[in-house]
Amino acid sequence: MIPFRFEKARTEQDAILAARAGGRYIAGGTTLIDLMREEVERPERLVDINALPLDYIRVDGDTLVIGALARMSDVAAHRETARLQPLIAEALVEGASPQLRNVASIGGNLLQRVRCPYFRMLDAPCNKRDPGTGCAAIGGLHAGHAILGTSDHCIATHPSDLAVALVALDAVLRVQGPEGERTFPVEELFRLPGDTPHLEHTLRPSELILEVRVPAGPYARHARYLKVRDRSSYEFALVSVAAALDVDGGRIRAAHVAAGGVGTRPWRMRACEAALVGRSPDRGAFASAAERALDGARPLSGNHYKAELLPRTMVRALEMAGGVA
Amino acid sequence: MPNLDPSLDTDHTDLPGLANTAGKEASSTLPVQITINGAPMRLDVDPRLSLLDLLREHLHLTGTKKGCNQGACGACTILVDGRRVNACLTLAVMHDGAAITTIEGLAKGDDLHPLQAAFIEHDGFQCGYCTPGQIMSGVGCIAEGHADSPAEIRAWMSGNICRCGAYPGIVAAIADAARRSGP
Repeated sequence: MIPFRFEKARTEQDAILAARAGGRYIAGGTTLIDLMREEVERPERLVDINALPLDYIRVDGDTLVIGALARMSDVAAHRETARLQPLIAEALVEGASPQLRNVASIGGNLLQRVRCPYFRMLDAPCNKRDPGTGCAAIGGLHAGHAILGTSDHCIATHPSDLAVALVALDAVLRVQGPEGERTFPVEELFRLPGDTPHLEHTLRPSELILEVRVPAGPYARHARYLKVRDRSSYEFALVSVAAALDVDGGRIRAAHVAAGGVGTRPWRMRACEAALVGRSPDRGAFASAAERALDGARPLSGNHYKAELLPRTMVRALEMAGGVA
Repeated sequence: MPNLDPSLDTDHTDLPGLANTAGKEASSTLPVQITINGAPMRLDVDPRLSLLDLLREHLHLTGTKKGCNQGACGACTILVDGRRVNACLTLAVMHDGAAITTIEGLAKGDDLHPLQAAFIEHDGFQCGYCTPGQIMSGVGCIAEGHADSPAEIRAWMSGNICRCGAYPGIVAAIADAARRSGP
């Protein structure tokens, strides 16, 4: 591991000042330390933010508010998460091993780096790691890679399960930077790779995630997360779907659907949602809505199976959310 | 291997913070106070030092194993303030004030921890390399209340890999120890 300077921040202001001087935030560190050991990440200064008072889980009205430093396991086990947003608990438990969930923070989960094997292989081309060198995955092994939002420069999926749930639930982020606070939808945190895959998120320099706010809605208690993967636990998604339905009088009044494992960022499925509204919650409606999931998809030879697996996973997730599976 | 001398040092009274690290060279050592298996220690650590390397290479507590060194296999599982974590994926310098329990700290003298005894009784290992991590993770799994059925144990022990495939014995040992510890 390349030498770095280590400092501990006691306040948000201290942390942001240290970041402005070139520091990189570290919370749980489960992604960052691994990538530093591989020398994929080479920060010169680390700012340990674990002492900041951001590890809370609370309720504001009926909005679930999760501090950026709350740990995945604590959020998943919290009674308010179970009461207000069970989808978040389900996505978190499916998201990593218990040991990792005890350490990994909510903010870090959203900012975790991709799991494309070429990203961490220093002798392989990777536009995300070394801009302009090319993408080894496009002509290489890419069974786990994205079919939505890809470019000729990068096809890596965003690996977070939590982010898929938060995007489906219209969660917002509160962040603080040198110029003050701002709030924006979690969905807008993630960039498409385009021709700049090394730029992954929309945080401004030195900005710190303070909290995630998840609004309530009648759909939130009929929400499920289905993750399809190579083994039944502790594995990244081949395809995952977060589905939440508000059904009233036998008709779908609102639908929130997002998918993971298929997009270069967590993928909100608005066309599918629109196709569901007004329909009766049955397999026919789910299947015709799921056909829209592939709008704009660009499967490659190695991940073509996802074009079939995605709609099927969506139908099953909607059946689970609708209480018919 | 970089020079990571955690020489026992009682001169440091300041804890690492912005003030007393300002101006320090990259990777100069920092003081931390960590309690390991009940014994408080003051150490000077290189910030790059993982908790796993601190235990194994400097404190010679080699019961905690290094498998993948990437957080995938669970062989390095220890308890930090009672929570199971992968020692390979965390820096020692981030644990100032923490209380750590390793496999060496489970038994009381010659009396094995009930889960250690259950692993022997149920033949929960073959080569034994993953066993310390399995047992520490199993202690966490039981304490968290996720050992009610074999299916639940398998899901909540998924962060620990056994390449010999001793899973049936591991699951049986954890189920047995959980039953004996009572609700």
